[in-house]
Amino acid sequence: MSASTDTAVAVPSALRLFWRSFAENRGAVVGLAIMLLLIVVAALADVTAPHSPIEQFRDHFLTPPSWSPGGTSAFLLGTDDVGRDIFARLIYGARLSLVIGLSVVALSLGAGTVLGLTTAFAGGIVDTVIMRLMDILLVFPSLLLAIVIVAILGPSLTNAMIAVAIVALPNYTRLARASALSEMSRDYVTASRSAGASTLRLMFSAVLPNCTAPLIVQASLGFSSAILDAAALGFLGLGAQPPTPEWGTMLAGALQYYQRAWWVLTFPGVSILVTVLAFNLFGDGLRDALDPKLKR
Amino acid sequence: MFRFLLRRIALIIPTFIGVTFLSFVLIHLVPGDPIEVRFGERGIKPERLAELRHAAGLDRPLWEQFLAYENQVAHFNLGESVTTHNPVWQEFLTLFPATVELSLCAILFAIIVGLPLGVIAAVKRGSPFDYGLMGLSVTGASMPIFWWGLMMILIFSVGLGWTPVSGRISDAFYIEPWTGFMLIDAWFSDDAGAVQSAFSHLILPTIVLGTIPLATVARMTRSSMLEVLGEDFIRTARAKGLSGFRVVVIHALRNALIPVVTVIGLQVGTLLGGAILTETIFSWPGVGHWLIESIQRRDYPVLQGGTLLVATLAIVVNLGVDLTYGVLNPRIRR
Repeated sequence: MSASTDTAVAVPSALRLFWRSFAENRGAVVGLAIMLLLIVVAALADVTAPHSPIEQFRDHFLTPPSWSPGGTSAFLLGTDDVGRDIFARLIYGARLSLVIGLSVVALSLGAGTVLGLTTAFAGGIVDTVIMRLMDILLVFPSLLLAIVIVAILGPSLTNAMIAVAIVALPNYTRLARASALSEMSRDYVTASRSAGASTLRLMFSAVLPNCTAPLIVQASLGFSSAILDAAALGFLGLGAQPPTPEWGTMLAGALQYYQRAWWVLTFPGVSILVTVLAFNLFGDGLRDALDPKLKR
Repeated sequence: MFRFLLRRIALIIPTFIGVTFLSFVLIHLVPGDPIEVRFGERGIKPERLAELRHAAGLDRPLWEQFLAYENQVAHFNLGESVTTHNPVWQEFLTLFPATVELSLCAILFAIIVGLPLGVIAAVKRGSPFDYGLMGLSVTGASMPIFWWGLMMILIFSVGLGWTPVSGRISDAFYIEPWTGFMLIDAWFSDDAGAVQSAFSHLILPTIVLGTIPLATVARMTRSSMLEVLGEDFIRTARAKGLSGFRVVVIHALRNALIPVVTVIGLQVGTLLGGAILTETIFSWPGVGHWLIESIQRRDYPVLQGGTLLVATLAIVVNLGVDLTYGVLNPRIRR
């Protein structure tokens, strides 16, 4: 959808139009800003983190944050029970969370799109079998299904990501199928088909590019639930294993002594909340800007 | 209405078979077979293993095992716990009321607080109250409730000493389980203060588990109300000279409730998932806590049976929501 600029009246570019409608939503802009900040901090973790996330400072067990009595400026947000710098762990944790979100979304979005397009194009028994399977996956409370999958595959960060991706799969499949079905009856698809385009070409070159808006919106919202679910699994001891600085795993590690040291509990939780909130705000804004039909 | 009911009920049978199939497949993906897992590191002689495998039917073809499993499930036999040797079904029934009590309180909390807030936000659209509420609502929906619960304990139980940290009732009371709902059982017991104790144990878990549903209900009520308030019949009602309260509550809210009911029904999955986390944090002796413990003990029959029962529950509740929807909106009965 490139806007032509050689007409008499200057037509704003698609991107500018998108930005104008996106920026109307102040929450979405705040979300985007937080996201960008997180991405920069996480990408430059080796520079931005004052210490290594797993280095144990033996003289500084459970040091409070720098501004409270007993804190030192060397450890901005204090240290945990084995003397690791919480600030550094949070920064590396941000990197991990973004990687988790990205991998889970890539996995479920990719597989879901292929499955959705396949069911839409194949129809018949393939459609019925795949969609009934998705319905069955949707019956399970998502966290429970993820827990069961990890319990079976064995607790690890990779398995937690696979589990969260499987749980998210039905949403993408349904969405891709529904948008593909509504596109398939359009004239351009018929034209392309009668011009001799193969099914694969029809699926990925003709139909898919016109189904992207709802998928992008779902992906941006899926990012936040991926981070939240992975943190929940980490908290239950089923996700990343210690000493990995994953936020949920950090909270699980703090369980035994959080009543004496509020900072070990507070900061990882706030990090999860702020990150998930940022992606949700951004996703809501994206939905309103890309898909006015869904606007509420 | 009757035909609508029958058709909806018929539709859940294939879903239920699918769910049992999935729970059967998942457990067969566990590395090692159940017998080996049961004996764990103690080990077992190969002859004895083969004997036990044969007795448990594990040497038969998978499809035969699946049919046998279906048959068991149809007879309410979900096997027995590897650790306690109690039937899974019986353990579930003992713990289930605790989860229901907590979930009901959480959803009631979400409705009682969320519905009026959503209505007020819609009526006062664009006001600071509206913006504030919507901000809080998106924050609530983003909440990692396992952290939220611990923060509540830190502030209200440890810091202020207002509420107990964990459990359903103080150890000072012994309440004979009758309905399984601690509040009701405590009410009928003769112990003075038992109800108060049960209630104070419920407050924090209810708020924690109810947070996400509360955010969703408030948001949905607001958007649904906004839609209805723009309709012609509302203008007519106002033009007739009805009071603002009557227009909003009797005319608008009633019509705005349909999507809200659906959303409340959809919260059941969130509630059951959230119950796992909430029960773990507050040591609430319910189904969620039991499932997490079964994972730690590698008690696969409990995990399998419990998951199946929770999924069945979700199917039944979804059916209930659909039927309610049919009652509220006669057009979809056909």
